Amino acid sequence: MTTDHELGSRAAALGHVLVLAGGLSPEREVSLRSGDRVRDALREAGVDADAADADAALIPLLASDPPTAVFPAIHGYSGEDGAIREVLGLLGVPYVGSTADACRLAFDKPVAKTLVAAAGVATPESITLPRETFHDLGAGAVLERIVARLKLPLFVKPARGGSALGAAPVRSADELPAAMISCFAYGDTALVERFVQGAEVAVSVIDLGDGPRPLPAVEIVPAGGWFDYAARYTAGTTEYYAPARLPEASARAVAAAAVTAHRALGLRDLSRSDLIVAPSGEVYFLEANVAPGMTDTSTLPMALEAAGHDFGVLCRDLLLAAAARGG
Amino acid sequence: MVPSERRHAVNNDQRQRLDPYVDQYATRAKTMQASEIRALFAVAARPEVVSLAGGMPYITALPLDAVGELAGQLVTDRGSIALQYGSGQGDPGLRERICEVMALEGIRAHPDEVVVTVGSQQALDLITRIFIDPGDVVLAEAPSYVGALGTFGSYQASVVHVPMDDDGLIPEALEETITRLAAAGRRIKFLYSVPTFHNPAAVTLAAGRRARILDICRRSDLLLIEDNPYGLLGFDGEPQRALRADSAEGVVYLGTFSKTVAPGLRVGWALAPHGIRDKLVLAAESAVLCHSSLAQLMVREYLASQPWQQQVKLFCELYAERRDAMLDALRSSMPPGCRWTRPGGGFYVWLRLPGGLDAKAMLPRAISARVAYVPGTGFYADGSGREYLRLSYCYPEPARIREGVRRLAGVVEAEMELRATFGTWPADGSA
Repeated sequence: MTTDHELGSRAAALGHVLVLAGGLSPEREVSLRSGDRVRDALREAGVDADAADADAALIPLLASDPPTAVFPAIHGYSGEDGAIREVLGLLGVPYVGSTADACRLAFDKPVAKTLVAAAGVATPESITLPRETFHDLGAGAVLERIVARLKLPLFVKPARGGSALGAAPVRSADELPAAMISCFAYGDTALVERFVQGAEVAVSVIDLGDGPRPLPAVEIVPAGGWFDYAARYTAGTTEYYAPARLPEASARAVAAAAVTAHRALGLRDLSRSDLIVAPSGEVYFLEANVAPGMTDTSTLPMALEAAGHDFGVLCRDLLLAAAARGG
Repeated sequence: MVPSERRHAVNNDQRQRLDPYVDQYATRAKTMQASEIRALFAVAARPEVVSLAGGMPYITALPLDAVGELAGQLVTDRGSIALQYGSGQGDPGLRERICEVMALEGIRAHPDEVVVTVGSQQALDLITRIFIDPGDVVLAEAPSYVGALGTFGSYQASVVHVPMDDDGLIPEALEETITRLAAAGRRIKFLYSVPTFHNPAAVTLAAGRRARILDICRRSDLLLIEDNPYGLLGFDGEPQRALRADSAEGVVYLGTFSKTVAPGLRVGWALAPHGIRDKLVLAAESAVLCHSSLAQLMVREYLASQPWQQQVKLFCELYAERRDAMLDALRSSMPPGCRWTRPGGGFYVWLRLPGGLDAKAMLPRAISARVAYVPGTGFYADGSGREYLRLSYCYPEPARIREGVRRLAGVVEAEMELRATFGTWPADGSA
């Protein structure tokens, strides 16, 4: 059994750490909430933690007062596309989470789907096309083929990005152009997926050096039927079940799928995979997140609680592992 | 690290209610939700983004040293009053000064008719609180101030818009709306109007229409709420005569020092006929007990000791220069088909996008291009206004305004191209 004294020593051994939050992506607000929560939890665990934004003041700050390790909690562009981690690597600053190379693979949803599918996890059939293709070849002709191939209903989302920004279900053909336009407001490439009906679950994976282990699946039941931005970040508008209400076999299958995705994408330390369990029991991989949300309505902290783990202690241990690994 | 025995139990104890009070909220709280637009505005607040969104006064132009000295002296010399509770109606000395300010717009009023509020936003809240039962109709210009629509919504009012043109509210449309609603048995409680340098439409109710609007309200027993935050911020000539100047009994006038002094002080007021005034005082007491004595005395002393009218003139010159910078930039860079207003005062330009473009859907692209605006739909209670956006010129320096408009023009062009790509499919409504 770990004593309070030992816990205190581990926190003290860590020294000063920095939580990165904010950035300039549309997920800035969510990231600030994640960052505040991680910093506060670390402080409760006895760690000397501060938060900083990813702006022009960051590199001078890292140079003048180098932290033992950094906990990136920036979502979306720069946080999850590998950019900020590339910079941390350049500066030799140890950080929690996946390498820039792995982030680039995971952040690009079509690429991630291909790699995870190759590792044996099903993923909804999809078409990925840049905006220029619709412009150059004619949207009507292309959309017609997409609908014919995938069949309605569909799900449209930006190929890169999170928090359901620019994403929308499409139930009828006349909803498709507006969904495409909204999607292209957030990025230049669209991923159009066949809509798979079923239980929506998020499975977080943690690796503290002894191999990737799944946390309990969290089942998401949005009151309005779909998990959009408001449903994600307004407490009370979505019901979560942790652990998910799944039969034993399905629970094992989603846990295995999340670990497979984590490995297939070469991820490190922590990740979260969003999955669908179809009524047939088949598990579909939707996407993986390398900087999972840490807000009070996010699923990773819920999964930790369901597993009986302390959020701050986990963040501390991830930082300890990063510090031991070095920059 | 995952205790497997806890992992797969199937029962409702697993349900995580992140907000255990979710079933207990009032109906009026149901619409209070996180939104993508708010998330985008979190990015707009960063210095990398040229924000043409918020209507923040250019406070840097205030004589901050003098204001600081005044505040310090107030606490040192009169702290026992400035830091004490005050009256629900507001400081009598400040109310006298408020009457002097309103006299510049032709209003003759007695300090006893004035209620000091926490910005004019609280006056709006109190007016709505004392008049509106759920379902009552409020008439408002189309478009209307977003903060007012939020207040009306929170009291479950039913907002019915009345069209405007370049000369402001259209009298014939107002009459037609009143007649139509009366025929339908709908109860109209008041008309809410920003007649001078409208937010967001940037138009001013023409002099020739003012008497007609008052006459229609008089004949219909319709109370008019005149919200006039920008009245003294005109760029040409003398201030407009307020509607309240010609109707003491039929108009509640809302004023504020947020634009002429500083919004951080949160000092506004309502000028109302005595019966309404009494109710407003009681409502104010139940809401905040009394307004900040310190803030009230600061404004009172500022008006008494500083050349505040000269300061307002300076603000006007500064805002006029910025308006010109925005209008020049719009003229030289916006794609064909865009239309915008030419404000004679206030903070805003109201822009109409061409070809079915949706300003709200376009906002993420604008934020990516590091420019922000407010989409038009927020200024309509009925969900219309998608093709409009509001641009604010009061805060950024002229060079930033020009850069912001240049970025916006690129965003609009890209959106037009996208709309042209997808706009015509499916031609027959099905694939």
